[in-house]
Amino acid sequence: MAEELKLLGAWASPFSLRIELALKLKGIKYQYIEEDLSNKSPLLLKSNPVHKKIPVLIHNGKPIAESLVILEYIDETWKNNPLLPENPYDRAIARFWAKFVDEKILQIAVKFRLAKEKEKEQIIQELGEQLQFLEKELEGKEFFGGESIGYVDVVAYFIVNWLQVQQEVRQIVFISEEKFPVLCKWMGKLHEIDVVNGCLPPKDKHYAYMRAQIEAAKSAIK
Amino acid sequence: MAEEVILLDFWSSPFGMRVRIALAEKGVKYEYREEDLRNKSPLLLQMNPVHKKIPVLIHNGKPICESLIAVQYVDEVWKDKSPLLPSDPYLRAQARFWADFIDKKIYDIGRKIWTTKGDEQEAAKKEFIEALKLLEGELGNKPYFGGESMGYVDVALIPFYSWFYAYETCGNFSIEPECPVLIAWAKRCLQKESVSKSLPDPQKVYEFVLVLKKKFGIE
Repeated sequence: MAEELKLLGAWASPFSLRIELALKLKGIKYQYIEEDLSNKSPLLLKSNPVHKKIPVLIHNGKPIAESLVILEYIDETWKNNPLLPENPYDRAIARFWAKFVDEKILQIAVKFRLAKEKEKEQIIQELGEQLQFLEKELEGKEFFGGESIGYVDVVAYFIVNWLQVQQEVRQIVFISEEKFPVLCKWMGKLHEIDVVNGCLPPKDKHYAYMRAQIEAAKSAIK
Repeated sequence: MAEEVILLDFWSSPFGMRVRIALAEKGVKYEYREEDLRNKSPLLLQMNPVHKKIPVLIHNGKPICESLIAVQYVDEVWKDKSPLLPSDPYLRAQARFWADFIDKKIYDIGRKIWTTKGDEQEAAKKEFIEALKLLEGELGNKPYFGGESMGYVDVALIPFYSWFYAYETCGNFSIEPECPVLIAWAKRCLQKESVSKSLPDPQKVYEFVLVLKKKFGIE
């Protein structure tokens, strides 16, 4: 039977982008469907009735939601270029750091967007403390996955990229080379790999989108 | 080499209970260590420096943190007995999805029920019942979320049953009339020794909640 694979995504979403990278790393063909999040398609609402969010992977008509769940499904279904290690302990560690990135790093970054001016300094410090854990975990390794790109790299790349873009748009330092040499070197390495950097949104479009989001958040706080 | 398995835990933690149940299902001998969360042990701080939280499973000196990650680890290491996750990748994805749903919804909304009052509490109660009803839908006619035997989602959810009495009493509502199928499932799970020995007495949980409410100045 011909495989039918659809990905419902959003071009600027780090959660959606990580799925695209995983599929591309494994050389899997899929149909990408861009969702307008202000006007969600019947297919999205039917495929993810519980959360109504992207990304959703639809494999031969069967939907899978939640990006980390989707990544594990992809890894188990297409076993070439494995993302997760084989050893159960190393798998547990990989799962731990993926969860850490999504829960700690992202949560704090989002908090920053909604924060009042006077709270921002404190939040940047908090972010720095959490990023230190990630920096330490990566020390002595090429990638989080070891010698090759793995699960945590795929999860973290777009989140850290999001921070870097925010940095440039806002002209605030979240992740300096001075404090985070290992993480910055890792990002640099990933930025050089075509299959990886090819997943990033077009720079100008991304920056404009971030600026618009920041403006919208500012008016919401007033 | 002799296996050394230690679980750093706290008696009323639903997250800790998940790991207890998984270990019991697999027949793994382990040492249970109760942590005083107001005075965390050096071992806990050393084994979980990032979050400093329980549960932490320590297998031959190596720590595994985060309850669902520990449950998956137990399932993968002691794979010859009572598999918790199914073998089919799509069914595994569904199980992981619902466990994630439980993580996102049940604990936080349940907490709102006993830490708030008035409109906020009413909204939390409503949201809680809605979440349980969605889970009931997923359970359907099956005896367990895992099918004929307990699985990953059952292990993820059943610990919260020990907190239902506390939620109901603090929130002045009853869950069974709204979710009879789910309560029947919970009682079915409690028939299993792995569950009944891992869950605390709901009355004790309620008394603990009252102590917490007093401590945090919640009426």
